[in-house]
Amino acid sequence: MDVEILSRLQFAGTIMFHYLFPPLSIGLGLQLFLCELMYFRTRDLAWEAAARFWTRVFAVNFAMGVATGIVMEFEFGTNWAVYSRFVGDVFGSALAAEGIFAFFLESGFLAVLVFGWDRVGPKMHLFSTLMVFLGSMFSAVWIVVANSWQQTPAGYHVVFHDVQGELMPRAEITDFWAMVFNPSSVDRLTHTLIGALVLGAFFVASVCSFYLLKGKHEEVARRCMKIALPSALLFSLAAAMSGHDSAQKLVETQPAKLAAMEAHFETTDQPTGLWLFGWPDTASETVKFGVQVPAMLSFMVYNDPARPVPGMDQIPIDERPPVWLPFQTFHLMVGLGTLMILVSATACWFWFRGNLIEKRKLMWAIIVMPLAAMTANQAGWITAEVGRQPWIVYPSTQDGVEMMGLKTADGLSESVTAEQVLSSIILFAVIYSLLFAVWIFVLNNKIQHGPESPQELAEYKAKIGKGDMADLIEHRGTSRGHGMMDEGVL
Amino acid sequence: MFSLGYFEWFNHQLLSYDTLTHIWFLLLGVLITGYAILDGFDLGVGMLHPFIAKDDRERRLVMNSIGPLWDGNEVWLVTFGGALFAAFPNAYATVFSSFYTAFFLLLTCLIGRAVSLEFRSKVHEPVWRRFWDFGFFLSSFTAALLLGIAGGNIMAGMELGAKFHYEGSLLSQVYWYPLLVGAMTTSLFALHGAIYLYLKTEDELQARVKRVILPLFFVFCGVYTVVSIATWWHVPHATDNLFSAPMLWIVPVLNFFAVLNIPRAMHLGRPGYAFFTSTMVIAALACLFSVAIFPNLMLSNLADEYTITIYNGRSSHQTLWTMLVIAIIGIPCVLSYTVVIYWIFRGKVQLDPNSY
Ligand code: HDD
Ligand code: HEM
Ligand code: HEM
Repeated sequence: MDVEILSRLQFAGTIMFHYLFPPLSIGLGLQLFLCELMYFRTRDLAWEAAARFWTRVFAVNFAMGVATGIVMEFEFGTNWAVYSRFVGDVFGSALAAEGIFAFFLESGFLAVLVFGWDRVGPKMHLFSTLMVFLGSMFSAVWIVVANSWQQTPAGYHVVFHDVQGELMPRAEITDFWAMVFNPSSVDRLTHTLIGALVLGAFFVASVCSFYLLKGKHEEVARRCMKIALPSALLFSLAAAMSGHDSAQKLVETQPAKLAAMEAHFETTDQPTGLWLFGWPDTASETVKFGVQVPAMLSFMVYNDPARPVPGMDQIPIDERPPVWLPFQTFHLMVGLGTLMILVSATACWFWFRGNLIEKRKLMWAIIVMPLAAMTANQAGWITAEVGRQPWIVYPSTQDGVEMMGLKTADGLSESVTAEQVLSSIILFAVIYSLLFAVWIFVLNNKIQHGPESPQELAEYKAKIGKGDMADLIEHRGTSRGHGMMDEGVL
Repeated sequence: MFSLGYFEWFNHQLLSYDTLTHIWFLLLGVLITGYAILDGFDLGVGMLHPFIAKDDRERRLVMNSIGPLWDGNEVWLVTFGGALFAAFPNAYATVFSSFYTAFFLLLTCLIGRAVSLEFRSKVHEPVWRRFWDFGFFLSSFTAALLLGIAGGNIMAGMELGAKFHYEGSLLSQVYWYPLLVGAMTTSLFALHGAIYLYLKTEDELQARVKRVILPLFFVFCGVYTVVSIATWWHVPHATDNLFSAPMLWIVPVLNFFAVLNIPRAMHLGRPGYAFFTSTMVIAALACLFSVAIFPNLMLSNLADEYTITIYNGRSSHQTLWTMLVIAIIGIPCVLSYTVVIYWIFRGKVQLDPNSY
């Protein structure tokens, strides 16, 4: 296999593994903050027990996000050196801003969030929780801005530099804010953040449904459901709306991606239909086993059922992305998005009628929903990234001047060999599998153990108040892993 | 906003392209020095961990002495990476692709440290804990060594061919000189970590920490002397800048006294002062390193014109300026909450139910 395929595999693998954790960190961050805010306003210990519990889950997830994120920060340099030289001027500043504005904030206040429960007052603690949540949102801001710039570049020009007798092109910033607010960044950022919030809400709802079904930790679980269910519904609806907005923009910014997502091969003067599902075949330019709603795509894209949508035939052959994968992942995302709206809407309905717990099938559906949300997040990125191939940086027109793009195949590191990439893939496959297993194991442990009851928390706080911590620590080994109040969980 | 008239004027009149470039060389130096100082004691604590702590409670104490801090410390490296990417993209691209294998090992170590800390105390099984304890030690040690090896290579120059293409291999990066520099960073971080632990611990554990400080000090002094002589001999250009700006000799001289001050401060019973001094030693070494390589970011051993300097490696005037504005807004924020966090977690490390 050549360096290109291997490097792409490596990037896709490491970023997808990284992206298992950020959406949960962001989404759970909000739920955590809301629980703590409720405690702050009501002084009801059940809310504090909830916040302490979600903090423990959050910390494990966050550590995984950090560990896998550091790899990403340097992978542009290790594997995509030519690309890094081409975009460094633009892309690097977003990445640096992320470090300064987001990561320091997150990692600093995380310490107070996790270790500060019994050290700082509730106000300071609440503030730290908010800062960690904001920090994780900020980091999403900068990285998605950087990524969106590659897809729809703006605020730059390409300059040729003489390097030892050869002209090397480079994208250079001309207008910082035009670069930040490039045509797709706001839409894509909104959609990405909402996707993360959906996951967080369903995660909390899922764990709490599990407790309610088992009749455990009911006081805490009931309270969290009150926040998690409505926010799951709200965010799922918002995901569909913001996703729709993104798709409408695509027809101008990246028509090739839209054509791939919809397997729309041939442009006609008739209204364009929408495939509900199917099996696109690029060789014959047809969709097999599919069902199509006539004129629906025209309506979705232009709000006008009569206007034809440009298809893949408008794109030069060597600039066409793969079709099968973006088509499937896009349909998967939309399908799961619709499913999540249905599940959260019915769940809210029964919850407010007071008999959700009797609907065991629905409860089980809620329990598995985080998997759906996680899958939708991953599928969304695959759609966005594979759909922009073969470009790593799209070509564009700035102030009437055509700017060259960069193809993925041309962005590789010149000095890296296939063996090196392959061995790093193997190394990381081993490490990441191990980490994944450990993560699931520890997460499962924590969820099985669950939060303290408000009574236990009250006793615990009384002991802390008396400075009577010795037996809390000595006899229970690690309380953070096993809950504070009881022994021998494992 | 960054192109408002006043800024524009300020930008072009006061800060020429070259001045901005020099500022960024300096800022990157500050970031990597900050990283070495802060993560230096983390790595040191990690290396000492199996030798100092005798039972589970002590191991937890040692780990929790850096518990709330290590993540923030590592962000200095991450931000260094981002800033290097933005300010000197050619250097970012070439350095990380040429250190490919070594760098992936370093990343593995950083991952290993993060997860060892996070997972170790989550399960009671002794086998589980021993596994992560060992991981914590090994990844800390290897990371310190690799950082030194990278530094040694940058110092001595590498097989950099035309158009910034690296032509060497992993094997040409691992030879006696970088290994010596690696030994120096490792022993320095271990010493720095030991002094930090001394500050953070009490009683018997502290007494045990105290007993390793002096031996570590002598090891460091030995390696430091050897590295100085080796640099003189193997990297003759290293002192060029010192000779062309003799005022800079003050740095090695101060460094010499700072090194000697460490045992003195410990002897006087002022460990805080000793920690400050070892911090200064790291800062001085980083400073010497920057002076020695300036204005090169990656020296070519093949031909002078292939070298990546801060002039052929930098990004555009506009970007350097924009980034400076970002840094001026960001740095005070970062410093202020760093201080707050260190303040909240000041004092002797104590286990509580929220600890690792
Ligand atoms: C939508 C959000 C998002 C996306 C698309 C990415 N990340 Fe990420 N990243 C986060 C959201 C995030 C986060 C929520 O802020 C994390 C996850 C959990 C955490 O600890 O912070 C994080 C952690 C994290 C860290 C560790 C920070 C620390 O030490 O505290 C680094 C260096 C990166 N990321 C870098 C990247 C790079 C280079 C990416 C692209 C290739 C990337 N991330 C994609
Ligand atoms: C975090 C969410 C992200 C996910 C899940 C994701 C997913 C993917 C996938 C699946 C690929 C492989 C595409 C292919 O091989 O055809 C890919 C490639 C790539 N992506 Fe992303 N991506 C994400 C974010 C980013 C960001 C934030 C950037 C840059 C800022 C980025 C830059 C790239 C690059 C440089 C490649 C390699 C070239 C290529 O193979 O297309 N990605 N990504
Ligand atoms: C239900 C209707 C939905 C529609 C119509 C939709 C539409 C889209 C479109 C068109 C893109 C590509 C944008 C681009 O590349 O410019 C996208 C990307 C993405 N989607 Fe969705 N989406 C939906 C639901 C969801 C849900 C429920 C989630 C997660 C829970 C999600 C997560 C993502 C992510 C993470 C991306 C990649 C980031 C981006 O490019 O914006 N989507 N979506």
